[in-house]
Amino acid sequence: MNKPLLPSRFRPALRPDPGLLEEHAPALRAAERRMLLRGSLSLGALAMLGGCSTSDSAGIQAALRAVSRFNDRVQAWLFDPNRLAPTYPESMVLKPPRFNAFYDVDEVVPVEAASWRLELSGRVAERQAWDLPRIMALPESEIIIRHICVEGWDYIGQWSGVPLRLFLERVGADTRARYVAFRCADGYWGSIDMATALHPQTLLATKYARQPMADPFGFPLRLRTATKLGFKNPKWITSIEVTNTDPGGFWEDRGFNWFSGL
Amino acid sequence: MTAMDAARPPRTRRLHPLPVRILHWINAATMIVMILSGFGIYNDEAILDWVFFPHWLLLGSWAAEHLLWHLAGMWLLVLNGAAYLAYGLISGRFRERFLPISAREVLATVRDTLRLRLSHQDITVYNAVQKLLYIGVILAIIVQVATGLAIWKPVQLAWLTALFGGFQGARLAHFIGMACIVGFLLVHVALALLVPRTILAMVLGGPRIPPQPAE
Repeated sequence: MNKPLLPSRFRPALRPDPGLLEEHAPALRAAERRMLLRGSLSLGALAMLGGCSTSDSAGIQAALRAVSRFNDRVQAWLFDPNRLAPTYPESMVLKPPRFNAFYDVDEVVPVEAASWRLELSGRVAERQAWDLPRIMALPESEIIIRHICVEGWDYIGQWSGVPLRLFLERVGADTRARYVAFRCADGYWGSIDMATALHPQTLLATKYARQPMADPFGFPLRLRTATKLGFKNPKWITSIEVTNTDPGGFWEDRGFNWFSGL
Repeated sequence: MTAMDAARPPRTRRLHPLPVRILHWINAATMIVMILSGFGIYNDEAILDWVFFPHWLLLGSWAAEHLLWHLAGMWLLVLNGAAYLAYGLISGRFRERFLPISAREVLATVRDTLRLRLSHQDITVYNAVQKLLYIGVILAIIVQVATGLAIWKPVQLAWLTALFGGFQGARLAHFIGMACIVGFLLVHVALALLVPRTILAMVLGGPRIPPQPAE
């Protein structure tokens, strides 16, 4: 059931059969449990040493990441799909919004609207790429929500676009799959859990403060979810994949917590 | 059986029973993990633009590592802290060591301290200021867990975040809580170093004391 994939420089051309993973899932889960147990033991032992700068050791890194994966599961359990994030009056909206990426704002390469396409892959029925007018013609929702960065700053933003749930249903996505993954024009990538993807406050945003979104903030298409930290909202999206294989992410693969739910 | 044997109290116990000593030292290590990784998280978005923590002091080399430490340490803090609270409440240790406490006594202790007339002869009884500080730091750590949750889950626990005045309010409260705990830590460690017998007692159990009076 290895479906043909769209070419991408971030994806190996030949991928293992995903069935392989499902076949070995119980063994993987058992190994993960053992890892967590061992991880918490070594973490406890390490804590006895006090504030030594020992994070470099591979064993400690592995233990910390095992706890982080455990935290992913705790957060998925805490996540209430029916709980709406607080919303705010229009008077509180910051214009323009605050820029953040893994590079400076003057290095932003604008995306050409006419040639831009949104590609689909993985567990979706409709594989045809979408152009901007077709996306803009979809029903639109608006949310005024707090953007919270993992660094600790925040602002109120006003976003509009098609709810991701509606889009996924429209393209015939398997909404029982585990992940929705995004790839971006600037090389960024990320992924979210399906429960968050289906949340009413998760949009594929095309507008900010009722105006077409400006280049630094993700024109023409970005994710805006009210229930996750800022870095979980990829900008300049060029492809969406629905998958059961953990896609990771740009910051997540560097050690930031994957779920990062608010 | 001789008369002398009969006159001896039936059972004595240590000033600091083993569970307290274990929980204390796990907590000490955990607090250091939380404080030093928290300093790193703080540095990435300072609340006071003149307060930064030096890099050599931080636990973890950059943001992702500070966060990994902090969000792993939180489990140790909460589990160990819950065990400590349960033990203190159920065994009656909190009531025995921290109560009664009166304002008059606190003032008298402060006066004695300023006149350098504080006695350290008997480490088995806490003076009023000690009682106040120990109760205070326990409450501060409980509030610190609450503000930490408010920062971690401002949507799922929106009511808790609102209680502290929103996301930035919770961050500020978490920062102030840290300052209180670090303040306690400095005084606590300085005084323990002045009377090293107290450190030994927290390792080995300390002097034998009479059994707890029956209810």
